[in-house]
Amino acid sequence: METNHSIYVKNLTRYYGAIAAIKNVSFNVNRGEIVGFLGPNGAGKSTTMRILSGLLPASSGSAWISGTSVAQNPSEVKRRIGFMPENNPLPEDMRVVEYLRFRGRLKEIPGRKLRASVQDVMEVCDLARTARRKIIGTLSKGFRQRVGIADALLGDPEVIIMDEPTIGLDPHQIQGIRKLIDSLRGRLTVVLSSHILPEIERSCDRVIIINRGRVVASGTSAELREEFLPGQRFQIEAEASEDSLMAAFSNKGIEATLLETIPGVEERTLFNIRAEGNGLLGHQLIDALAQGEGCTLHSLAPKEPNLEEIFLAATKRSWEETIENKPTANMIKEENKAKKAEA
Amino acid sequence: MRHFFILLKHELRMLMISPATYIAAVLFLCLMGFIFWAILRSMVNTPEDVLPAVRFLKVFWIPVLFVVPLLTMRSVAGERNDGTLGTLMTTPASRAAIILSKFAGAYIFYMLLWFITLGFPKIAVEFFPQTAVGSGLLSQSSVLGSFLFLSLSGVLFISIGIFASSITRSQLVAGMFCFTALFLVIVGGQQLSNISAYGADMTEWAKSLVDYFQVFGHLDDFSRGVLDTRPFFYYLSLGGLLLGLATLVIEAKA
Repeated sequence: METNHSIYVKNLTRYYGAIAAIKNVSFNVNRGEIVGFLGPNGAGKSTTMRILSGLLPASSGSAWISGTSVAQNPSEVKRRIGFMPENNPLPEDMRVVEYLRFRGRLKEIPGRKLRASVQDVMEVCDLARTARRKIIGTLSKGFRQRVGIADALLGDPEVIIMDEPTIGLDPHQIQGIRKLIDSLRGRLTVVLSSHILPEIERSCDRVIIINRGRVVASGTSAELREEFLPGQRFQIEAEASEDSLMAAFSNKGIEATLLETIPGVEERTLFNIRAEGNGLLGHQLIDALAQGEGCTLHSLAPKEPNLEEIFLAATKRSWEETIENKPTANMIKEENKAKKAEA
Repeated sequence: MRHFFILLKHELRMLMISPATYIAAVLFLCLMGFIFWAILRSMVNTPEDVLPAVRFLKVFWIPVLFVVPLLTMRSVAGERNDGTLGTLMTTPASRAAIILSKFAGAYIFYMLLWFITLGFPKIAVEFFPQTAVGSGLLSQSSVLGSFLFLSLSGVLFISIGIFASSITRSQLVAGMFCFTALFLVIVGGQQLSNISAYGADMTEWAKSLVDYFQVFGHLDDFSRGVLDTRPFFYYLSLGGLLLGLATLVIEAKA
């Protein structure tokens, strides 16, 4: 078993009756990494997280947390993880500090360290001053999420797994939680799932996209961008027809594909194009348009596909395809490097 | 073991702040107070050969049928419904510790309620010292025997409640299931003996089997000071089995 991974999952499968919630899911997470778990509803995110936290047994396959098998040694694994389940269930009629102390005792924090540990996590989650003695049932959603995260942080776990920590929060609260997650970077391994794609893109080092119970993509957003939406994308605002635009490019020998045409104001049209080229491609495009007939360029801006587009592309492509039988961006890169080295 | 005590403390604390506990306690004490008063009242004119304390404890099944479901239906079903059972199971605490703490919490409270009823004879003696039956109201030996029975049968009754609560996420279903099971155990045993009384020829082993399930018979024996190992085995083994099953159930579906 590889020990340099904080989480190591191999061929994890879980059936609910005859339906496979996840099938042959494999991935790993390095120490100190923040990884986002993305997927549509019912993709198997929560199932995977529940298996990792020891709540649910897998039908087959194996999972290790910090080198310890979840199936063989569940109690040891539970000492190493902090888990915040979906919807963050909390007892309504306890006070925040009482609840955290109770959880701390259950997580085997020694009696003399308990007060200090609870105080620490409350400080980190900004609960110490405002909500310390409040009854959980009376807290706002944002504070409840904080209590859930504080609970996950208690007992110095090596790995923190959070199932949709930002669901139902307003933008201010989301920002607060994001800062909190950022503050954990490097110290702890964090796995979080979310529907909110910009959220994942901002706070995670790496993304794992899961669809229909299979891992369909895994890597940094740049890698995924290259894999699923290769080439450079530009948004051009010009007074031109589609034909004249494409003719201008082909005259200059630029291979470009028109992705989308959006009618704009005053004869202007917005074109989204994809083209292959190096860092000078922008200049070349401007040149081509300046010299093209019937083209008046108003603006040209590089357009990086966001995670949403990558996600849609990945989940669409993944109908039956899995990451196992398909080379990833990294593999292709390495292959190319090897070829170059040979040459 | 350490987790068990942490969980038990938490469980007792939650019982103390839950309104359902107080409703159960008030109902129980009002009903039992009324029954005790009615027994004393009926004994004023007619001579009886059983002590009021023994007659009082004979109706133990009336409060058991509603107090046990009220005390236990929330324990696992409520936590499962809220999702807090899941968070509890992500800690190093074992499943057995979780179920045992739920059981112990409800059991302690159940026995506490019965101990409070010992105050009734005290109150009667305090207010009517002239009735010269003070010693008869609280005869130590029969009360001791009856309480031994209550604490023993309580193990089974509370285990039934915990098991009923562990198999569903609805407190209502848990409560109904617990009520039905308690009814079967308490009244069903009685009915078995009625059948055996009507059917003339029962073999010896069938008779002893029927006797084994006689909850009222056990109470009679205990209050007369007859301690048999068979009821001990019956209540403790069945209680243990149900708690074991409840542990397996929460293990299988958190």
